[in-house]
Amino acid sequence: MADVVLLDLWVSPFGQRCRIALAAKGVAYEYREQDLSNKSELLLRSNPVHRMIPVLLHGGRPVCESLLIVQYIDEAWPVAPRLLPGDPYARAQARFWADFVDKKIFDCGTRLWKCNGAALEQATRDMIEALGALEAELGGKDYFGGEDLGFLDVALAPFTAWFRTYEQCGGFAVAEHCPGLAAWADRCRGRDDVASALTDPDKVYEFALTLKEKFGDK
Amino acid sequence: MSEPVKLLGSFGSPFTHRAEAALRLKGVAYEFIQEDLGNKSELLLRHNPVHKKVPLLLHGDRAVAESLVIVEYVDEAFDGPPLLPSDPLARAAARFWAQFAVDRCSRTLFKALWTPDGEARRGLVAETKENLALMEARLDGRRFFGGDQVGYLDVAASGLAWLPVLEELAGVERSMMGEEEFPALCRWRGEYTSHEAVKACLPSRDQIVAFYAGMKERLVLHARSMQK
Repeated sequence: MADVVLLDLWVSPFGQRCRIALAAKGVAYEYREQDLSNKSELLLRSNPVHRMIPVLLHGGRPVCESLLIVQYIDEAWPVAPRLLPGDPYARAQARFWADFVDKKIFDCGTRLWKCNGAALEQATRDMIEALGALEAELGGKDYFGGEDLGFLDVALAPFTAWFRTYEQCGGFAVAEHCPGLAAWADRCRGRDDVASALTDPDKVYEFALTLKEKFGDK
Repeated sequence: MSEPVKLLGSFGSPFTHRAEAALRLKGVAYEFIQEDLGNKSELLLRHNPVHKKVPLLLHGDRAVAESLVIVEYVDEAFDGPPLLPSDPLARAAARFWAQFAVDRCSRTLFKALWTPDGEARRGLVAETKENLALMEARLDGRRFFGGDQVGYLDVAASGLAWLPVLEELAGVERSMMGEEEFPALCRWRGEYTSHEAVKACLPSRDQIVAFYAGMKERLVLHARSMQK
């Protein structure tokens, strides 16, 4: 087994956070696609509590939960870019907003493909509000991290591949409500370390439609 | 750095306690501001516009929200014994189990307590116990999750110290965290609640009862509405 292994799923934005962090740091790793309908021995052994991807194995030792993996990568490979800054307050802000992405963006995003009618309208409103809060936090900077990728950029970037899906489901345009965020998304996608990790937005939309078929509200 | 430190909180809430415990453990002088959650202060709404929740730490003009984010901030911004270890893998493990303690123990336990008797409740109790067993194993003969000293994971898991009073309030006959099944956790609870620094900010039984007074119906409704 390679020194650094990532157990992951092709379309997972959580797994993609880890891929971006590893790429940004220039860490060589082995990517192992997981079949979640038939979980591997290695996955079950490495993450017995949640049995979920992503899992990072470093020297055989597992780290679980995407944001914890990203922090681990930042701390184990303390080279540029430093994803979390040195200042404790800036670190706290980055963690707060990454937690916000988990609580709001992922939740609203799920409701957007899953729900219909009034629930869908509410999900759209909630998503626009959440993206607006992130737009304000970005505040005209190139990246949330300032001049280069930071913790929050890594936490949010994979979800940009889902913007088209959100827009299609909710009938709104991110660029119209959050031009700064839309520009930031383009900027991220122009980088190798991010672009190589993200799924093509059309494929994401196709995938979301199959989720809707299987799990959506009828 | 001697800017004033204020903690906006709701005394009796385990979330607020996490933030206070961190301040006490680091020996930080602070002013506790009790928030009336039914009538939130302008200070709270101005500094935590996103979630409008307590606890909220104000360090000078810097506002930090979310209890575990506050704990890490306090650990990093102030001198004193470190709450998190220095090794990256150990840090990742402490954070992982802290999330687990909050999401899968305290939260599940809360749902179990306030879900009416029946199959759903039995399932939640079983799930709580399975998860508590993992925390029991984490202690592995040590005094605290942090080893000899109280650490980040102890603070995150501190909600478990509330359990006896909450079970009494909910009219539970047999504790979910009984001594026979969870001897290490019960011993840990004793150690944690009698720790010098923690004791100073731990609500008494009466204060916890007062915090939850008149809330029973709301708690039952809240438990029902909570997602998995």
